[in-house]
Amino acid sequence: MKKLLKADHLKIFSYMLKIRRFEERSAQLYGMGYIGGFCHLYIGQEAVVVGVLMTIKKNDSVVTTYRDHGHMIARGLDPKKIMAELTGRIDGYSAGKGGSMHMFSKENNFYGGHGIVGAQVPIGTGIAFTHKYNGDKNICRTYIGDGAMNNGQVFEAFNLAALWELPVLYIIENNKYGMGTAVDRAAAGTHLYKRGEAFGIKGEIVDGMNVYSVIKAATKAGEYVRSGKGPYILEVQTYRYRGHSMSDPAKYRSKDELEEYKNSDPIEIVREEILKKKLATKNDLDNLNKEIIEEIKSAVDFALESKFPPSEELYTDVYI
Amino acid sequence: MSTEILMPALSPTMTEGNLTKWLVKEGQEIKAGDVIAEIETDKATMEVETVDEGFIEKLLYKEGDNNIPVNKPIALISAAKNSSTQKMDQNIEDSSKIENQEKVEIKENKPISENANTDLNKDQITMRQAIRDTIAEEMRKDKKVFILGEEVAEYQGAYKVTQGLLDEFGKKRVIDTPISEHGFTGLAVGAAFKGLFPIVEFMTFNFSMQAIDQIINSAAKTLYMSGGQINCPIVFRGPNGAAAQVAAQHSQDFSSWYAHVPGLKVIAPSTPLNAKGLLREAIRDQNPVIFLENEILYGLKGKVSSDINFTIPFGKANIAKEGKDTTIVTYSIMLHKSLEAAKILKDKHNLDIEVIDLQSLRPLDSETIIKSVKKTNRVVIVEESWPFASVGSEIVNIVQKNAFDYLDAPIIKVNSADVPMPYSSELEKLYLPQVDDIVKAVKEVNYI
Repeated sequence: MKKLLKADHLKIFSYMLKIRRFEERSAQLYGMGYIGGFCHLYIGQEAVVVGVLMTIKKNDSVVTTYRDHGHMIARGLDPKKIMAELTGRIDGYSAGKGGSMHMFSKENNFYGGHGIVGAQVPIGTGIAFTHKYNGDKNICRTYIGDGAMNNGQVFEAFNLAALWELPVLYIIENNKYGMGTAVDRAAAGTHLYKRGEAFGIKGEIVDGMNVYSVIKAATKAGEYVRSGKGPYILEVQTYRYRGHSMSDPAKYRSKDELEEYKNSDPIEIVREEILKKKLATKNDLDNLNKEIIEEIKSAVDFALESKFPPSEELYTDVYI
Repeated sequence: MSTEILMPALSPTMTEGNLTKWLVKEGQEIKAGDVIAEIETDKATMEVETVDEGFIEKLLYKEGDNNIPVNKPIALISAAKNSSTQKMDQNIEDSSKIENQEKVEIKENKPISENANTDLNKDQITMRQAIRDTIAEEMRKDKKVFILGEEVAEYQGAYKVTQGLLDEFGKKRVIDTPISEHGFTGLAVGAAFKGLFPIVEFMTFNFSMQAIDQIINSAAKTLYMSGGQINCPIVFRGPNGAAAQVAAQHSQDFSSWYAHVPGLKVIAPSTPLNAKGLLREAIRDQNPVIFLENEILYGLKGKVSSDINFTIPFGKANIAKEGKDTTIVTYSIMLHKSLEAAKILKDKHNLDIEVIDLQSLRPLDSETIIKSVKKTNRVVIVEESWPFASVGSEIVNIVQKNAFDYLDAPIIKVNSADVPMPYSSELEKLYLPQVDDIVKAVKEVNYI
C-alpha cells in the first residue's frame, strides 16, 4: 500500500465529513417534508465508502444498495444534484424520478442506487462481466448490505463470478442489522465473508470504523481482483447511528450499544490522526468543517430553488 | 413372426425424426438394451435402444432418411435368423398415415425497413432456423452481441435454436450458464447497463419467473429511474406457452405478464419470416425486449427474406388475411388456428374473416385493430393465455373506447381454460383454444 500523504489524509477527512454533514441535512429536510418516501442515512458508515474511494480508479464501476447518498458523494457526484434528486427536482440526477434509493451517474461509472435487496449483486457481477468481456482491466465494486447476504441471488452471482473469474470486488457493509433484525437472528453463521468460501472466493473481515484499515484491505483486495484472479469479498464491520430509514426509531438495539460505537467515531479517528501527525491544526479542520457546512447549505439552496419536473417528464425516459 | 421397431417419440413435441445412423446390420443378433440407431429429433440427436431381442430382419430406412413419422416401423426383428421379409413393405405403407395439416396461406408482412431486399428466399426454413440465423447474423455484425442461457453452447440449445453458434463464435460469446435464472438474468442486465447487447435464452419462459424481479425492477425501470441515463439493450427470448403434455409448470403463457410493464417491449412472432424481422429489430433495439417464441411453431417452415437487414418494426400488426365480415385479433400460434377457422367459416358459412396477427404486443398496433373493426363491426380475440386480464382484455377496452358505435355484437375472447394446464392429452386439448372454439365464437358474433 502506498503511503498516505497529507493531501490524502485531508481528502479522507473532508469526504467523510461531507457525507456526515450531507446526511444530517437530509434528515432535517426529511423532517421538514422536502424529502419524502424512504430515506436511508449513511451516518456512522463513512469510513467504509471513503476508505474504498481511496483505492478506486476513474474507470472502475460501482454499484450499491439504496443506502447510497454517501456512495455517490464518494464517487464524485455533485451534492447539489444529489440533494435536488432527494427533493424530487428536475435538476436531480434522475430528473426527480429516482429519489433517495435510485440514483445513477453513468459519467461517473456509478450504476445505482438499487431498491431491491440483493438485486445489485448480479447486476454488479454483470458490469464486471463487461469489463472482462471488453478486456479493459477495470473492476466493479459491488456493495452488499448484511441483510442481502441471506438473499438467494447473491449466491447465484457469487457462483457465476467465481466460475467465470469476473473482476468484481464484493464489499459487504455489515452494519449489524438488516432493517430491525440483528445479523445473528438472520444469518446461520455470522461471518458473512465465509459464504464465499464454498465458491472458492477469498475474503476477510475488515474494521469498518477505521478508515485506514479499510484502505489497507481494499487496496489489497482491489489489486487481487484487477490481476484477473476473480472475485474477492471484504466484510466490512460498521455501524449505522440512525435507524434503518428515517421512520425507524431503532428500538431493537440498546442506547449503550450506540454510544459505544459513537465513542469510536470513524471521523474522530481521522481527525486525531491528522492532529497527531501535525498535518493540519485544529483550527484548519474547524475551518474545513465550516466550508463543508456552507457547501451543503448551498446544495440545499440549489435543490430548493430547482423546479419540480414538468408534467411532460412523466412520460419521458420509459423507452429510448 | 416379426416384431416391429417403431420410430420413437423422443421429445414432447416430436412428430417425426431423421435416421442419422444405423448401428446394427441386417442379420445381426441384438439384445435388449443394445443401441441400434441414432435418431435426430426436433431437439437433439439421440441413441435408440431396443427392448426386443432377436435378429435384425430388415432395416426399413436408410441412413440419412429424414422426416420419418413417429410410430412408423423403422426395422423388423425376427426370433430366428432367416425369416422372410415379404409383405413388410406393404405393411409400412399402411402404417404411414399421418395427419397432414392443410396448409393455410398467410399473407405475410412486406419487408418494411429501408434498403431491405423484398425478395424472399426460394427455400423454406423452419422457425427454429430463422431465429438461429438471425442471432448468428447479428453476432457477426456486432461483437457486443452475445448469448447466454442454460444449454445454449455445448448442448447446442435445449430446442436446438442455438445450434452451431458455439462453433462459430466461441465460448466467450456463447455462454452456458448454471441453472441460476435469477443470477444470470441480473448479470446480463448489468452487462447491458454497461454497454453490451445480451441475448438471454430462457429454456422456457416458465423459468423466467425465477428472474422476473431483475426483468421488471432492474431491466424495465432503470432508464426511467436514472432520468434517461442508463438503458438496458437486452433480449429475453425462449419458448412461451404450451408445448405438448408438459403440464402446469411448463405450459404457461406470459404475454400479459410482460405486456403489463412499461419499459418492456413484448413480441410474439408467428412465422419464420416475421420471427427473423422481429428478432433482428429486438436485438438492435436499445430497450429490453421480451421475445415470446412458441415451441410447437419451432418446426414450422416458411420462406424468409435473404436480406440481413430485413426488420419488421415493433407496434405494427400484420393483416394475415383480409376480410370484411368479422375481425379475428390474434398472435403467436393462435394465428394458425385462427386461419384454419377462417377457412372453415368461408367454406361452410361464406363468412369473410379478417385475421390480424399482432406480432407486437407492446407497443400494440391499436390503429390497425380499430380500422378493421370499423370495417367488419365484429371482433373475436384469440389467444393462448388465461382469460383474466389477458392482452385480449386490453384490446376489448381499446375497441369499446374507440369503435363502440361500430360494434354489431359484443366482443368475444377465446382463451385457454381458467385452470392450470392439465397433463392428460385429452384434457390438454380441452384446455387450449381449438379451431372449433374459434368457429363457434365467430358464429356467435354473427348471430349464426
